[in-house]
Amino acid sequence: MKRLMASVSVLALIALGACDQKKEEQQSSAPAATEQSQSQPAAPATTEATQPAATQVAAGAPATPKQGGEATVTFKDDIPTLDPAIGYDWKNWSMIKAMFDGLMDYKPGTTELIPDLAESYEVSQDGLTYTFKLRKGVKFHNGREMKAADVKYSLERTCDPKTQSPGAGYYASLKGFDDFQAGKAKELAGVTTPDDYTVKIELSHPDATLLHLMALNFSFVVPKEEVEKSGGDFGHKPVGTGAFKLGEWVPGQRIVFERNKDYYRSGEPYLDKITFEIGQDPTVALTRMQKGEIDIPGDGIPPAKFVEVTQDPSLKDQIAITEQLHTGYVTMNVNIKPFDNVLVRQAVNMAINKDRIVKLINGRAVPANQPLPPAMPGYDKTYEGYKYDVEGAKAKLKEAGLEKGFETDLYVMNTDPQPRIAQAIQSDLAAIGIKANIKSQDMGTVIAAGGKKDGAPMIWSGGMAWIADFPDPSNFYTAILGCGGAVDGGWNWAWYCNKDLDARADKANAITDPAKQGERAAEWGKIYTDLMKDAPWAPIFNEKAYVIHSKRIQGPNGVFADPIHIPVNYDVIYATDVK
Amino acid sequence: MSAYVLRRLIQAALILLGVSILTFCLLYLLPADPARQVAGRTASVDQVERVREQLGLNLPIWQQYGRYLWNLLHGDLGRSYLQRSEVTTLIFPRVPATALLMCGAIFFELVLGLTFGLVAALKRNSALDQAIMAATFIFISMPAFLLGLLLLYFFAVHLGWFPIGGYGQFKNLILPSLSLGLLGAGWYAQQMRSTVIEVLRQDYVRTARAKGLNRLRILGLHVVPNALLPIIAMIGLDIGFFMGGAVLIESVYGWPGIGQLTWQAIQQLDIPIIMGVMLIVAFAVAMGSLIADLIAPLIDPRIKLR
Repeated sequence: MKRLMASVSVLALIALGACDQKKEEQQSSAPAATEQSQSQPAAPATTEATQPAATQVAAGAPATPKQGGEATVTFKDDIPTLDPAIGYDWKNWSMIKAMFDGLMDYKPGTTELIPDLAESYEVSQDGLTYTFKLRKGVKFHNGREMKAADVKYSLERTCDPKTQSPGAGYYASLKGFDDFQAGKAKELAGVTTPDDYTVKIELSHPDATLLHLMALNFSFVVPKEEVEKSGGDFGHKPVGTGAFKLGEWVPGQRIVFERNKDYYRSGEPYLDKITFEIGQDPTVALTRMQKGEIDIPGDGIPPAKFVEVTQDPSLKDQIAITEQLHTGYVTMNVNIKPFDNVLVRQAVNMAINKDRIVKLINGRAVPANQPLPPAMPGYDKTYEGYKYDVEGAKAKLKEAGLEKGFETDLYVMNTDPQPRIAQAIQSDLAAIGIKANIKSQDMGTVIAAGGKKDGAPMIWSGGMAWIADFPDPSNFYTAILGCGGAVDGGWNWAWYCNKDLDARADKANAITDPAKQGERAAEWGKIYTDLMKDAPWAPIFNEKAYVIHSKRIQGPNGVFADPIHIPVNYDVIYATDVK
Repeated sequence: MSAYVLRRLIQAALILLGVSILTFCLLYLLPADPARQVAGRTASVDQVERVREQLGLNLPIWQQYGRYLWNLLHGDLGRSYLQRSEVTTLIFPRVPATALLMCGAIFFELVLGLTFGLVAALKRNSALDQAIMAATFIFISMPAFLLGLLLLYFFAVHLGWFPIGGYGQFKNLILPSLSLGLLGAGWYAQQMRSTVIEVLRQDYVRTARAKGLNRLRILGLHVVPNALLPIIAMIGLDIGFFMGGAVLIESVYGWPGIGQLTWQAIQQLDIPIIMGVMLIVAFAVAMGSLIADLIAPLIDPRIKLR
């Protein structure tokens, strides 16, 4: 989930800001760029998803990467924090990954889990206990060895309500989480350290996603003494075990990463230094990359340049396309008439011309027919969903007794291209007699309306849509389609609550046996396609991310299309001009 | 004099109090919920409530404000919701950049505004005068970000005379301060034009002319110094005017000042930062106008402080 963005028209100063917002929108407008910049961080995808993308990269990369050299990455907006318990936007997500490590990680360029700070792990028969053996001799940037107590400290820090971590909710399955959060327990009972190199994690109920959670930034290991020394500003004074350490941080100007010479993976990272330049306009950054002044325009290809750049044959080898774990959808609030009628929701699904909407955003997405994106395990390729069928949709409305149509509100975030997409949806709905009034609001207001039981009849999720934090199908259910999210202030904007599906979801999440993961994914896929019978959403499209980089910076196959790291996995890229 | 300063300082404190109450209330009225935003999407309702307690957002608004004010009196502007850092440590390192931008803007504003105003006054009612006046109206009414973008694309991207964005060197300063300065320059040009026209009608100018002084000396010794008096005293008031523009200009040019921070805070509804910046800007405006008022009698003895 992304950082909320709300334009606040307060006082003259702030009102002026609102004008400027439009300029920002125009600049970074285009489809994927905006969406991505406001969306959640890393969007992991499955291995099969990465491979097609991988083939599009890295023609002409030299055979053996050498250590040394530097790279420059640019961003428009400042990096708010590099604290792994806090950082939760798509820019700092991969920067934090370069600076810190967790027990688990993903193989570069893929979504395959591998042990990282853990050397090995064991899962108990009942799936309730995970025992991690730590790698010995891994040092923090301050020289001290990382031990089991640090892992425990870091997890407790994330779960402590005082830390206000946006990721704490992921660890609710750890034993003793509620007591610890409520302040009834001083320690998180589910995390114990039998010795310096062993961490035992116990769960209160089986959770098949635990290994992913240990690869999530929020579980990354931080040294207690440095957190305390930072005086509450660890986010600007980060110390981890990762491939890079912080060299310099000049607010609003640049952040410099230096190679961690003691990094435990020998030979990595390749680069001696990465400079992140802040405050660079994406269009300018692109020009500078073409002139060879910088290497990676972090904000991607700006909309105004999109067609020109993607059709330029000389740039072909420098562009990588990632299928994101993203779905954009229209929610229909089942509490509000006439969306309480399943026929009406199905009619809306059939009325929307998704191909046209994809064209509207320069084809930076693929049309969707189910909540899961194609790159996610469990995605049902055979499922056809509701086809675009105006007559069929009209027939459904007639069956519902609404052949004359009805009037309703469609909420949308007020940043381009979202209102344009909402207009396309509006005209499609008008064709079957539904008059949808567009309510274009700032993000905070739309989210607040969605979280009220009778707040918003329809919401186009663009700019606020879900991008999975890790490649597991359960990530698309609990908060946004399950009963748990259909509460005041929740994120289930359709207010759809199906107890049977909730029970099936719990059951699927209890399948922790590694051998049965295929079965688990299939069951999840079935949950989503069964859910589509009730049609609480009209899925619209799944976005793709475009990463562009200079010729001199290269990486192993697929690394620029890495779904976990946007724009790139900084650990494994290298400069080709190193002597 | 000191009684006057004291009275003005008390006024300034009251203004700050008023600004803080107004901003606090307006931000409170927003429908968006910071606790949900901080807690993230995976948080259960209970977790959101715990975060709300942590942030003190569960209290009634007057208690929230009371806590804010109490901390403020202890020099604590609170912590950013999203960065978790102290607001003071986020804002103060950025003050020099914004101050530098303002100095540059004031420089351009004076040089351009006064020159064109003087020329327009001397060539009154000519085509040149009309062209200058038309231009000043355009600069005054054009939104700051639009002017900034136009200058950026023309001079930096198209002609390549100046770097695009960046900070730290003299050449980086020119375009941002010109963008900001032009807004004020239009205003100053109009002011200068009307003052010069007025001074030209004064008896002492007529006397100087009658004495046979040449045109240049009349302008240099009598007209310009007298016309400048009221204008220089107004520079202090520019601070508030420029702060609004700086938010936009800094984000156009990626200038690492308070404006850029504010713009990002507004986008993300990081209320403590917005509050902190509002207070600092209000303080700067109050101080600017105080200094302007104190300088005025030094320049023009006819003005008395009361």
